[in-house]
Amino acid sequence: MSAVDSQASPRTTDPAAPSRPGRTSRRSHSTALTVGMLAVLVYFLIPLFWLMVAATKTTGDLFSTFGLWLGDDFSLFRNIRDTFTYDGGVYTRWMLNTLVYSVVSASGATVLCALGGYGFAKYRFRGNDALFGVVLGSVMVPTTALAIPIYLLFSKVGLVDTPWAIILPSLVSPFGLYLMRVYAQDAVSESLIEAARLDGAGEFRIFFQVVLRSLAPGLVTVLLFTLVATWNNYFLPLIMLNDPKLYPITVGLSNWSYQAIGGRSSNPELLAFVVTGSLLSVVPLIAAFLLLQRYWQAGLTAGSVKE
Amino acid sequence: MSTEVQSAPTVSGSRRARRTTSARTSVGYLFVAPFLLMFAGLFILPLVYAAYLSLFTERLIGGKAFAGFANYSRALGDDRLIGGIIRVAQFFAFQVPIMLLLALLAALAIDSGLLRYSKVFRLGIFLPYAVPSVVATLMWGYLYGRDFGPIGQVTEAFGLGKPDLLGPNVAFGSMANVVTWEFTGYNMIIIYAALRAIPTDLYEAAAVDGANAWRIAWHIKIPAIRPALMLCLIFSVIGSFQLFAEPQLLQRLAPSVIDSAYTPNLYAYTLAFTGQEVNYAAAVSFLLGLVIVIASYAVLFVTSRGSRRA
Repeated sequence: MSAVDSQASPRTTDPAAPSRPGRTSRRSHSTALTVGMLAVLVYFLIPLFWLMVAATKTTGDLFSTFGLWLGDDFSLFRNIRDTFTYDGGVYTRWMLNTLVYSVVSASGATVLCALGGYGFAKYRFRGNDALFGVVLGSVMVPTTALAIPIYLLFSKVGLVDTPWAIILPSLVSPFGLYLMRVYAQDAVSESLIEAARLDGAGEFRIFFQVVLRSLAPGLVTVLLFTLVATWNNYFLPLIMLNDPKLYPITVGLSNWSYQAIGGRSSNPELLAFVVTGSLLSVVPLIAAFLLLQRYWQAGLTAGSVKE
Repeated sequence: MSTEVQSAPTVSGSRRARRTTSARTSVGYLFVAPFLLMFAGLFILPLVYAAYLSLFTERLIGGKAFAGFANYSRALGDDRLIGGIIRVAQFFAFQVPIMLLLALLAALAIDSGLLRYSKVFRLGIFLPYAVPSVVATLMWGYLYGRDFGPIGQVTEAFGLGKPDLLGPNVAFGSMANVVTWEFTGYNMIIIYAALRAIPTDLYEAAAVDGANAWRIAWHIKIPAIRPALMLCLIFSVIGSFQLFAEPQLLQRLAPSVIDSAYTPNLYAYTLAFTGQEVNYAAAVSFLLGLVIVIASYAVLFVTSRGSRRA
């Protein structure tokens, strides 16, 4: 039996299944627990609430009005327009750069992880466990231990200060490989593969026409988490890129905030743009997580139950 | 981690079938080759190069010279590096238990079925994970700030004055708060996913026998999700020892408290890109990698011993 089936719906018989809050439960809800968790929820959401409120304020209002409520002017739309157009529309460039870097990296990484994870899970070639162990152990390598030599190697071949300096290192995701291997182990049924083999299908055709479909939730999980990793990456672009036109949002915002709080050319007007730019940078990822939640939660389930 | 032995091919027995099986097995290499090639080029090669670099030193006169382990012995006597490693170890010991306990309690609460609107809690607590650490740190930096931070506004309204949340003794805790805010939800989701995978019949019987939610959580659920908790713990070791964005950004707000060697990664970055001491930086980051490996195994060892005793 495929273990994924049992994970996807282990409690369909349970009326209090947490993922189905719409259904009425015969078990009683605990008000005390709900109130306690509400406090926890407030802690996690209040900074984001502050960010939304702050994005509606002028820099002057940021200083003069209460942080957790609207100011005198509602200048959200002016802030958004100004953020996108300030300094020749450099923020728009950062947004597009971030989008390109993360979508290309995440797609490439997902393809590599899917092929590799399936290969490691379903073929008993010599050195399988040893090779996989080496890859898995590499998650302990500090980012600097990798990024500094990659920077030096890339500068020798002229890749520094190009988009490839961000994309190439982001294509390798050891955790993604781990997740895909665990997922492929359970989700891809042996008998389905055998049936396709008896029909005379080649191994790669089986992969693309039969296996890939069973891997879908795992693929979405890896895609989303590598997307986040690249979208949020700061260290790599910080050292690799000098040209502000190539910056992703993280490095760009960090520079703006530096200028705003009294770097070399102090410009407090930038504060409103840093705040609005921060809010804008968060929206796409939150939307992606909310829209795709069904898939990545199923994918994570498979990854988290294995030793 | 163990891998299942492949099921025998359906047409076993004949020599021909066995030959196709071995040919099929080697197709596995083709599947893993693209990943492993990229891995070799972007993990192994840079590491070997860094190891090579760490054995040399750059002289003002005469250029590059072989230095043996001189960089390493310098690092072992470098108070700034040792101080940074001790600081991240303290950070791990202080912040990670709080974060994982919070994540575990939240996951258990959401899984218990006792919570109204559990989906709202699950997604709401997870949301900060989608916020880049740069944005999270900038945001908390403003929240802490004395200029227009709401925390100071509230305490001042109560006549308590404005606390310096990035002051000498407080900055460490303030940074721990940023990291807790960022990653509790991620850990909670991993733990929750593991909880969802426990077969219900394991504890339905206990519930019938009258065991309450706490007892079920303690005796059945928590032991069942050990692998997920270990995963969270190991990732937290790795994350704590590699802290970079948070101290680097908070440094600008509190330069007198958070210096350029506040964490080992920040120190290595400063050495390589401000100080141009690439060779020494390579040695420093190698030592840090070694510390992470040792810390990870120590954590695994301690927790597995603890569980055997229990």
